[in-house]
Amino acid sequence: MEKPLNNKAWFLVLPVFVLVAFSALLPLMTVVNYAFQDTFGNNQFFWAGTDWFEKLLHSDRFGEALIRQVLFSGLILAIEVPLGIAVALCMPRKGLWVPVCLVLMALPLLIPWNVVGTIWQIFGRVDIGLLGHVLYSLGIDYNYTQDPLSAWITVVVMDVWHWTSLVALLCYAGLQSIPDAFYQAARIDGASRWSVFRHIQLPKMDRVLLIAVLLRFMDSFMIYTEPFVVTGGGPGNSTTFLSIDLVKLAIGQFDLGPAAAMSLIYFLIILLMSWVFYTVMTKQDEQDQNRKTGGGE
Amino acid sequence: MSSTSMPETGTPSETTLRTRGRGFPVKALVIVVYLVFLLLPIYWLLTMALKTNQEILSTFNLFPDNPTLANFTVILTDPAWYMGYVNSTIYVVLNTLISVTVALPAAYAFSRYRFMGDKHLFFWLLTNRMAPPAVFALPFFQLYSSIGLFDTSLAVALAHCLFNVPLAVWILEGFMGGVPREIDETAYIDGYSFPRFFTRIFMPLIAPGIGVAAFFCFMFSWVELLLARTLTSVDAKPISATMTRTVSASGLDWGVLAAAGILTIIPGALVIYFVRNYIAKGFALGRV
Repeated sequence: MEKPLNNKAWFLVLPVFVLVAFSALLPLMTVVNYAFQDTFGNNQFFWAGTDWFEKLLHSDRFGEALIRQVLFSGLILAIEVPLGIAVALCMPRKGLWVPVCLVLMALPLLIPWNVVGTIWQIFGRVDIGLLGHVLYSLGIDYNYTQDPLSAWITVVVMDVWHWTSLVALLCYAGLQSIPDAFYQAARIDGASRWSVFRHIQLPKMDRVLLIAVLLRFMDSFMIYTEPFVVTGGGPGNSTTFLSIDLVKLAIGQFDLGPAAAMSLIYFLIILLMSWVFYTVMTKQDEQDQNRKTGGGE
Repeated sequence: MSSTSMPETGTPSETTLRTRGRGFPVKALVIVVYLVFLLLPIYWLLTMALKTNQEILSTFNLFPDNPTLANFTVILTDPAWYMGYVNSTIYVVLNTLISVTVALPAAYAFSRYRFMGDKHLFFWLLTNRMAPPAVFALPFFQLYSSIGLFDTSLAVALAHCLFNVPLAVWILEGFMGGVPREIDETAYIDGYSFPRFFTRIFMPLIAPGIGVAAFFCFMFSWVELLLARTLTSVDAKPISATMTRTVSASGLDWGVLAAAGILTIIPGALVIYFVRNYIAKGFALGRV
């Protein structure tokens, strides 16, 4: 059934529109303003054209932060998605342990991000942290405040700890929607473990998996608080991701022009990703709708 | 029988034997290992909160020698600490109320009607959920300073609407999609006006969705630090900011820091228990 066309529905959307316009459009226009102007204080601004963008795109600093960011997001996806699927497949499907598992697994998702940072800052310290101390006793050279590799491992493991449950919970929800009859049919057909996964479980998960992958990609792409608390972007610049660099530039050094230009480029990258996300998702919605109406009538 | 674990190859009787004998322990083991991985760092934080600073720095042990609640006492008696929790709670509740209230009618519009620019508007909302808060930190600071809201809970609550309103619209729209449209039509035929239909009939139908949306707004506002820290200085300083500033100032009092961390976990853990059956659906934006 088609949704009816009704332009009065705009009145229902109006409060959201006004509120989000206030908290998104106005600030964004300020950023655009700064990106094309230069200031020497006293609230006097001069037209700078695309200077900031050219400088930024040619600067090593931005390029390196971007590479680190892409590397980080890629690594996160490569670890969290398979791990999340595996955990979801191992979850009990019914019984007393289900709510226990769900609540325990969701726990890291509800911890304030700076506390997540604090937890790992303490946990990884060589002198007082369990992880750092054990690794040190084993003779492994691990120190996240001085060694870039250790810092990277700490930040990645922390993110895996923090967000794998999200992927697992989503996949689990997808798996739960599979009726038992499917498994029984597969068993009668003598389907292998792999083909059950490939032809029954994976298709049921693809929708939630898509949401999981894209949420994880985008949230890891704008990660700020956790690495900021643990490493502060260091040692050196080794864990300075885009957001951390941007905040350093904007609030630390108060370089409005470059910071604004960087914001816009950063935002454009995310916008592009959102567009892909949205297109894929609405396409799937439409397909589902067609399938439903096709089956019902 | 087949419901306790996934079936494997072979005849039914063989499968049962094999899942009981070999498959099941492996799965349980994976879950147990994963849960230990999740809980170990939290456990470590808890033991630190129960130790004195001296014990933390001088000895290394898995259990506190003399568990003490001194660190918690520090937090609960010092206004600089406990006001952080009060401030955080105020803006989180404020934000949840605003977000869900404005999102309800909008989600209904998106779920039931087509209208001019609906797809573009929805996409625009989505981009705000995806906007890096770092981009908005500085302009927010200037915007709220210029209208005199800087360092108030309302400023943080409004700023968090940036990502919570789109999220709430999404989740609610997903849940509303599950309510058949015939119900609306029947109600209108029965003579219900829109506001009456919406509050009396429709809202009770999607009550779980409203609960989940509220929960997610609560959660994302509770865990956010960057904007909350940028928009406050003294009066409305949230607990997360209190914690980071203590670290940078002294960097010494690990026990109190750990205790503050433990106290921030508790509200989330309590709330999660109530929505445990809907968590996954909420994360999937109501689209499972």
